[in-house]
Amino acid sequence: MIMEISAEGVRSGDERIIARVISQVENQRQQVFPLLKELYRSTELAYLVGITGPPGSGKSTLVEKLVLSWTAEEEKVAVIAIDPSSEFSGGALLGDRIRMGKISTEKNVFIRSMATRGYLGGLNPAIFDTVVVLSAAGYQKVVIETVGVGQNEIDIVRLADTTLVVTVPEAGDEIQTFKAGLMEAGDIFVLNKADQPTASRMELILKQMLEMNDSENHSSDNSNWEVPIVKTVGTEGEGIEELRRAVMQHRDFLSRSRKERYNRSRVIRNHVVHLMEEFLRNHYIDPLLESSAFQEILAGISARKTDPYTAVEQLLKSFNKEQGKHEN
Amino acid sequence: MSQDNIKVLIAKPGLDGHDRGAKVIARGLKEAGMEVVYTGLRQTPEQIVKAAVQEDVDVIGLSILSGAHGELFPVIMDKLTESGRNDVLVLAGGTIPDDDHQKLKDIGIREIFKPGTSIAKIVDFIRQEMDE
Repeated sequence: MIMEISAEGVRSGDERIIARVISQVENQRQQVFPLLKELYRSTELAYLVGITGPPGSGKSTLVEKLVLSWTAEEEKVAVIAIDPSSEFSGGALLGDRIRMGKISTEKNVFIRSMATRGYLGGLNPAIFDTVVVLSAAGYQKVVIETVGVGQNEIDIVRLADTTLVVTVPEAGDEIQTFKAGLMEAGDIFVLNKADQPTASRMELILKQMLEMNDSENHSSDNSNWEVPIVKTVGTEGEGIEELRRAVMQHRDFLSRSRKERYNRSRVIRNHVVHLMEEFLRNHYIDPLLESSAFQEILAGISARKTDPYTAVEQLLKSFNKEQGKHEN
Repeated sequence: MSQDNIKVLIAKPGLDGHDRGAKVIARGLKEAGMEVVYTGLRQTPEQIVKAAVQEDVDVIGLSILSGAHGELFPVIMDKLTESGRNDVLVLAGGTIPDDDHQKLKDIGIREIFKPGTSIAKIVDFIRQEMDE
């Protein structure tokens, strides 16, 4: 397909161009950096809403309904639906579109499924870069959806300005095993499938946990924000209006308390660190792993002629020499 | 295009409530290292083409058991061309009578896999096509 990949093309909102640039962000990162530089400087980042929770808790259905409530107000909304890559094959099954049928052909909605690709060192920087592209394309809100089970997912939702943590009545005491970080990352808790008889018990457990969290974290980001629990029945659209309002209230809270700026600067700091890690890996560490010199060092460590600690010191010294060459 | 990043859309067009085959294929391709977007049952041609564009897939696999391939597939192929994505490799599977295969190939569907085809054969076919 011949089409012009340019900042202009992205800003024009042409879905084919946006989609292709996101693929480059995922696959040919070095080539797309010049374009990202141009886009970033002329773009105000979209409002980021993170949504996470256990498998089967109804995240995608809630996203569908929330997005519909925003497009009804003429907003342009993008969804990044993230699923884990298989550690064995590197493949991934991306199934979030199954529950987003009603928004899949909406004019002002762009849905993109992404695999985590087991990025070493934490969050895949392609996710933030995708947010830059979508923001430049005119999407005012970007929803990032992940399955909340591990550290990687917590890192992803921490990108967001407002994070929704979804749970369901049948989660029962399992919620106790939610990662501590996930409880803290939640700006709004959503108790989905709230028409089930055990919902009120679950609500009580949630309330107690949030209160405990509160008393432990007086100085946390949320010190002045009372985390609400919104009850929904996603499939019926019940509670969606309340949820939409809770997101709006949190957004107001952020801008009033200037925490939005604080959040953003933290996100940007993290992204710069991720990009540096990526650069070091691509330019220094990965080429080294291929070299025969590295194999010799490993053999030396095995034979105890040297040790891992000395080896690393020497390797880092050789990086410094390389760096000197670049500068000259 | 490197083989590692082959992205596939598996779609079930039309009124057809059986997706076991589609799920088996989706899983098999994932295990072969591909990134597979599965869109679920009862997809309209619009939904399928929109997903293919937004996800920027390399391959579309259409699974159909309802017998409506003669009506739905030409609409999908037309819409792909309209969207400027007629470069996508389109494959089909399910219960499609032999007599219809040539007609479908004539509208741009590269290959039709019959029931009982091994996943390995489909994986090899996709990899070969992507190499070209």
